Amino acid sequence: MPPPRTTPQRAKALRHRLAELRGPDVPAKALDARALAALAANPGCSRRALLDGAGVNKAALASALGAPSAFGQSQFALTRGNAFEVRVKADGGAELLRLVREKLDPGAEPPERTYAPDLTASGPEGRTARTALALREAVEAGGWTLLDHPMLALDVAGSPAFLEPDAVVVHPDGSWTVVEIKSFPMLDGSADPAKVGAAARQAAVYVLALEEVAARLDPAPEVRHRVLLVCPKDFSNLPAASAVDIRKQRAVTARQLARLTRIEEIAAGLPEGTCFSPELPAEQLTAAVEAVPATYAPECLAACELAFHCRDRSRTAGAVTSLGRAVRAELGGLTTVEDVLAAARGESGDPDDPAVAALRRAAALRAEALAEAAESRSGELRGAACP
Amino acid sequence: MSLITSLARLEAVATGRAQPAATVRHRHLSQRPLVLVPLTTAGEAGAPLGALVGTDRDAPRLLVVPQPRDRDLRFAFLADLADIVLPYIEGYAEAVEAAERTETDPETGKRVKVEVELCADAPQLIVPSRAGIEFVRLLGRSMRFRRTAEQEPDTPYPAPPRVPLLGRWLTHYGERARVPGSALLLAATELLSRHWATGQSGLEDQHLGALLAWIDPPEGSSGAAAAREAELARDGDGQLLCPPAGPATDPAFDNKLLAPAIERYDRARTALAAAEDGLEADSRLGALTRAEEEIRGLVARVTLPTWDRVWRGLDLLRELPEGSRVEERWTRDRWSFTGHRDRVLAGEPPQPRRDDAVTAANKLAAREREQARLEAQEALDDPLVMAGRRLAGEAFAGEVTDVTMAYSEGKRPSPRPLVTVRTDDRPHLAERAKVYRSLGGRPQAAEFVGYADEDGERDADGAVVVLRIVDKMGRGKEPEEGSVPVKGDRVCFTLFEHEQRGGAKLPDPEDTPWTHGGPPGEPVTEAADPLTEEDVL
Amino acid sequence: MSAPQATAAEAAFDPGAAAARATDAILRDTVEGPHRGVVVDSPPGAGKSTLVVRAALELAEAGRPLMVVAQTNAQVDDLVLRLAEKNPDLPVGRLHSSDADPYDKALDELPQVRTSAKAGELTGLPVVLSTAAKWAHVKVDEPWRHAIVDEAYQMRSDSLLAVAGLFERALFVGDPGQLDPFAIVGSEQWAGLSYDPSASAVTTLLAHNPELPQHRLPVSWRLPASAAPLVSDAFYPYTPFRSGTGHGDRRLTFAVPSDGSGPDRVIDEAAVSGWGLLELPRRHTPRTDPEAVRAVAAVVRRLLDRGGAATSERSPDPAPLTADRIAVGTAHRDQAAAVRAALAELGVTDVTVDTANRLQGREYDVTVVLHPLSGRPDATAFHLETGRLCVLASRHRHACIVVCRAGVDDLLDDYPSTEPVQLGTVVKFPDGWEANHAVLAHLTEHRVAWRP
Repeated sequence: MPPPRTTPQRAKALRHRLAELRGPDVPAKALDARALAALAANPGCSRRALLDGAGVNKAALASALGAPSAFGQSQFALTRGNAFEVRVKADGGAELLRLVREKLDPGAEPPERTYAPDLTASGPEGRTARTALALREAVEAGGWTLLDHPMLALDVAGSPAFLEPDAVVVHPDGSWTVVEIKSFPMLDGSADPAKVGAAARQAAVYVLALEEVAARLDPAPEVRHRVLLVCPKDFSNLPAASAVDIRKQRAVTARQLARLTRIEEIAAGLPEGTCFSPELPAEQLTAAVEAVPATYAPECLAACELAFHCRDRSRTAGAVTSLGRAVRAELGGLTTVEDVLAAARGESGDPDDPAVAALRRAAALRAEALAEAAESRSGELRGAACP
Repeated sequence: MSLITSLARLEAVATGRAQPAATVRHRHLSQRPLVLVPLTTAGEAGAPLGALVGTDRDAPRLLVVPQPRDRDLRFAFLADLADIVLPYIEGYAEAVEAAERTETDPETGKRVKVEVELCADAPQLIVPSRAGIEFVRLLGRSMRFRRTAEQEPDTPYPAPPRVPLLGRWLTHYGERARVPGSALLLAATELLSRHWATGQSGLEDQHLGALLAWIDPPEGSSGAAAAREAELARDGDGQLLCPPAGPATDPAFDNKLLAPAIERYDRARTALAAAEDGLEADSRLGALTRAEEEIRGLVARVTLPTWDRVWRGLDLLRELPEGSRVEERWTRDRWSFTGHRDRVLAGEPPQPRRDDAVTAANKLAAREREQARLEAQEALDDPLVMAGRRLAGEAFAGEVTDVTMAYSEGKRPSPRPLVTVRTDDRPHLAERAKVYRSLGGRPQAAEFVGYADEDGERDADGAVVVLRIVDKMGRGKEPEEGSVPVKGDRVCFTLFEHEQRGGAKLPDPEDTPWTHGGPPGEPVTEAADPLTEEDVL
Repeated sequence: MSAPQATAAEAAFDPGAAAARATDAILRDTVEGPHRGVVVDSPPGAGKSTLVVRAALELAEAGRPLMVVAQTNAQVDDLVLRLAEKNPDLPVGRLHSSDADPYDKALDELPQVRTSAKAGELTGLPVVLSTAAKWAHVKVDEPWRHAIVDEAYQMRSDSLLAVAGLFERALFVGDPGQLDPFAIVGSEQWAGLSYDPSASAVTTLLAHNPELPQHRLPVSWRLPASAAPLVSDAFYPYTPFRSGTGHGDRRLTFAVPSDGSGPDRVIDEAAVSGWGLLELPRRHTPRTDPEAVRAVAAVVRRLLDRGGAATSERSPDPAPLTADRIAVGTAHRDQAAAVRAALAELGVTDVTVDTANRLQGREYDVTVVLHPLSGRPDATAFHLETGRLCVLASRHRHACIVVCRAGVDDLLDDYPSTEPVQLGTVVKFPDGWEANHAVLAHLTEHRVAWRP
C-alpha cells in the first residue's frame, strides 16, 4: 500500500499547516527514539500522530497543560552513555567495524583503514542529502565505511520525519548495516528484552528509511535485516555486540506506517486556528488538544510525554481502559466504569447480553465469597473470645 | 484479567479505595523479616548508590557510596552490606529440626528415606518492588565470582572477605523468587497488589507509593487523589514528595541535588589528597566528612519514605489471616534455604553464570509444578479466589440434593455412591471428567456421571450434576463416617487437581544426550569479571 | 482475488514428482544416512502422517528396533491404526499410561497390536509407540536403534531431553507453523540458550547439531490451490510450499440455490473462491457473542441443507458434503461450547466443533471459523498467536468460511506488536500481528455482509 503521491503544492500546504499548528517561530522537533517508541506503542492514536507529525515538542506542551511528563534523564546516565558511544566509535570506528565484521560479515576482508566521511551540512534536509551522497560514494569506493550519526528521512503519515541512527556501516560488498549503541548492559550475553525490543523497533524504522535511499541507487544496495546492537559488557565499559534480526519489526513497522491515517486528514478535522504553542494559556491548549481524539492506555505512560494529560482525561471520562487494555476483554460493549457497575448491580443493561449476564454472575460470586470470608473471620473472632 | 478482579478494580474507582482481591494472606510473612531498600546509580550496571537495610523498622542502617564510581568505596559498601545481611541469614542456619527426605541410594538405585536436617525457620528478605528483586539478582551476580585475597593472593583488586558469600546468597534468593508461591524474597508491591485491587492499572501498581495510597489513603483523601499526589507531587525545589521506591532514582534528584553533592565530595577528596601538612589535612578531612554526610543525608531523604511504606505495607498484610496452606509452601522455602546452606557448607563453588541443560529443565519443571500448586492452594484457601475459578467454569459449589448408594463391580465391591449436586455455577464438565473436593484437607475424587435436569440439559441458571465418589471412603464395604456428603451439605468441587504429581526424572547432567549438546563436561571455576581501568570513566 | 493464471513455472511444476523426490531423500537420509538426526518440516496437509508410517515400515523392514514418540494419545492411536492398515502383519506395541481409558478401544480389535503400561512387556517388538510424557518414565539398558519423533515442533525441548537417551538416532517430523509449545511460568532467564527448556525440541536439536539434514515436504495435498499461496505467504514466508492440486481440480457445488441470505451468499463465495468472510456489524462483544455464534451455526446448517457436493482428485464423482466433512474452529472452549449449543438448537449434532489446539492435524472439506479477534475490545498475545490463526485457516480441502465482526483491522492498530526481544534466539516467523493483517486483507476480498 504505497501512500498516495504528494504533489509539491500539497506538500507545501501541509508544511505550512503543520507550522501553524506548532505556533509562530517554534522549530519542528525531529522524530527521536521516544517518538518512535510511542508510534510503536500506540500507532492508532491520532493525537500522538498529529503532534509528532507536526514536530510539536510534546514535553513542553505537557508542561504547559499542567501535566508535565515524568521523563527526564539523569546526567550520570547521560555522561556515561555519551562516553560509551565515544569509546565504541574511537579510532575512526576501528573497534565498531571489527564488531560489525565479526558478528555480521565474518567472510569479508578485515578493515585495513577505516573511513568515516564528514556528514555535516546545514539543516536536516541538507544533512539527509549529504548522508545519501556519502552512502553512494561509500558503495562505489568499496571497503568499509562508517557513517557516524547520519540523517535519514522517512515519510510518516504523509509528512517527512527526520531520523538520526547512531551509525550506519557500509560493507565491502556494498551492503548497509544499522548500528544501535545503547547504554543498558549485556550481562552474560543477555540484555533486558523490553529494551532490546524497543531498540529493534527503532532500528527497523532506520532500515525502512535506508531502503528508500538504497532504492534510488542503481543497482540498489542491500540493506541488511540484521542490525548490530552494541551495549556495555557485563559491569564494564567495554563494548559487547549482538546481531539482532529485525525482519519481524520491519514488516510490522512497514504495515503500521502504511495504515497510519494521513496527518493531512487529521489536521483537516481541526477547528480553524488550532495551535499547540506552549506559549498559549493552558485553557486554550487544553481545548486544542481535546480537538484531536486520543486512544489512551496505561502503556502510554512509558512512551508518550502527554500521557499524564491523556490519563486525567480518560479517568475523568470514566473510561475502563484507563485501568488497562485487558480490563475491557470481557466487558463487551460497556466502556465506562459507571455503565459496568450499573450493569453488574442489575440497574441497567440487557440481561440477555452475555457480557451483562457474566458481570452479574461475577458480582454475585464476589459478594458471596466476601460474605463467606467475613462470616468465617467473625466466627474465628468469637471463637477466640470464648475459649 | 478475570471479571471478578476487573469488577474489584472498578469498584475501587467508584469508592476511591482499593478493594480486596483476597480474603486471606497468601504468602508467609516472617516474624522478623529483613527489609532492603537499595538505590543504584543511573546508567551504570551494578553501581550501588546506597541502601537502607535492617530488621528493626525504627533503626534502619544507612549505607552510602559517596562516589559510586570509586571501586574501593563500592567494595566498602558491599562489605558493610555483608556484615548486616550475612549475620541475619546465618542466624537461621543453626536451629534445625529432624526431617525425612527420599533420596536415590547411589549403590542400589532404590528410593530410600534418609534422615536430614531442616532449618526450623528461614530468613526472609523484603524489597520495595519488582525492580528491587532484579537488583538483588544483579548484586548477587556482581559479587559471587569475586575473589578475596585469601582465595587468590595475586588478585589485583581483592574483594572484602565476605562479599562473594553474600553474592551467593543473594543469587540464591533471587533465583528462589522466580518460584511461584515462594516467600524467601518478596517485593512489597507484588505482595500488596496480590491482596488488593486498586482503581488504577497494573502498570501503575508498580509504584509503591501510589499503590499504598489506594489501599490506605490518608484521612479525608480519596485513593485516586492520594495516588496522583504520590506519583507526581513535587516540592518547590522540583523534588518528588514521594521518591521512587528504587533502585532507580528520580533524574531531578540526580541532577539537582546528588550531582552537585558528589562534585563537592570529589573536590574535598582531591583537596585532602593535596594537603601538605597534618593541620591542613585535619581541616580538609573535616570538609570531606561534611561532604560525605551531605550525600548520606540525600540518600536517607529518598530512601526513608520507601522504608516506612514497606513496613506499613507489611502491617496491612499482617491484618489478613494467613491462608491455611501457606505454611506448607513456607516449608518448601525452608527446604530451599537449608539446601543452599548445605551447599555453602560443603564448599561447593558459586552458582554458574548459566544453568546447564538438565538444571534448566529441572527448574522449569519444578516451577510449573509450583505454579499449579499455588493456583490450586490459593483457590482452596480463599473463597474469593475460588469464586474466580467458579466463574471460569473450573469449579462449582452447590447443595447436595440426593445421595444414592452404589458399588463398583468386581469380586470385592467397593462403595461408589452417586451424589447429586444442585449448583448455580456452570462448570465445563467433559464426559467422565474427574472432579475433586477437599475433605479434611485431603482431596477426594469423584467422576462426572451426567446432568440430572429434567431435560438432561443445563439451563442458564446452573445445573444439577450427578457425581460418583471414587475414593477416600476407607477400605470397608461401607464408606467411613463423614466420607460421603449427605443431603443438604454445601459442597465445592474443582475440575483441577489439588496436589501435583512429580514429573519424569531427567538424566543426570553427565548423561545429557546429543540432542542437547552432550555432557557439559567438568565444571569450570567461573572467572571473576575482569576489573579494568575502563570500569571507571 | 485475480483469476488464476498458470505461469510457465507453474505449468512445469509437477507436485507429485516434487513430493516424491523429497520423500525419497528423507527416507534415504533416515535409513542410510550418516547423521544421527534428520529434520523434516511439513506444512499443513503435506503428508506428514504418510511419511511417518512409511519411514516406520522401512525402518522395521531394515530390522531396526523403532520407538515412535508422539505428543498426545490421540496422535499415538492414530499412528498405530495407520501402521496396522498399511501392514497388518507387523507386530506393534502401544505403550500407554496407567490412567483410566488410556488408549483408543479400536486397538483392542487388532491382533498384531500389543498394549501395555509397562515397557518391559513390549520389548522385542519391531515398533513401539507412545507419548513423550509416557516415554519419559521409561528406563532402558540398551537404547533403541531408531526413533521417530512426530509433531516435533509442538514438543518442548525439556520433553526431548527426558527421552533422547532412549534412542541412538531419530527422524524428527513436524509443522513449524502451528501452535508453539508453551510454559505456564516465565522462562526468560534461559532465552537465548541453545537448550532453553521452553523452546521447541527442533530448535534445541538444530542449535546443537546444525549439520543435520533438514528437509521440507514441498506440497500440501490438503489445501486447495486457492488457499496454499495465502497460508504459505502469511505463515511460512521463508519456507514456501505449493498446493498439490490446481485451480480446476477441486469443485464445491450446491444443489439448492442461494436464498440471498448472508450465509448462503458467503457459502457461494467460498465455493467459488475457496474463502469467504461473513462480516457482522462492528460491535464489541464478549467472547461468546450470541450473534456471531448464531451466524456460525446458520452457515453450518445451510451447508448441510443445500446439498453440497465436493469433487476432487480423490473422488472425481461428486461426494456429498456430509456433517463429518465439516468442522467449526474457535479460539476458546466456551465459544466451541456455545456453537455446539446453537447447532443443537438447529438440529445439527455431528459436526466437529473444537478449538484450534484440538483441530491441529485434522482435515475437513469445509471449515467454518469464528475469527479469534471477532468483536473483541482487546487483542492479547493469545489471540494474536500466529499458530492459532494458521491452524484455523489450514484445515480445509475446499473452502474456509470465516465469521467475524467488522473492525478487527482497527483493533489490530490499537494493539500493536511490541514484543520483547531476547538476544540470541532464533526469530520465529512471521509476527502474529502482521500475519493477522495479511490474512484479514485477503479475506476482505471475499466479504459478504451479514443479512440473516
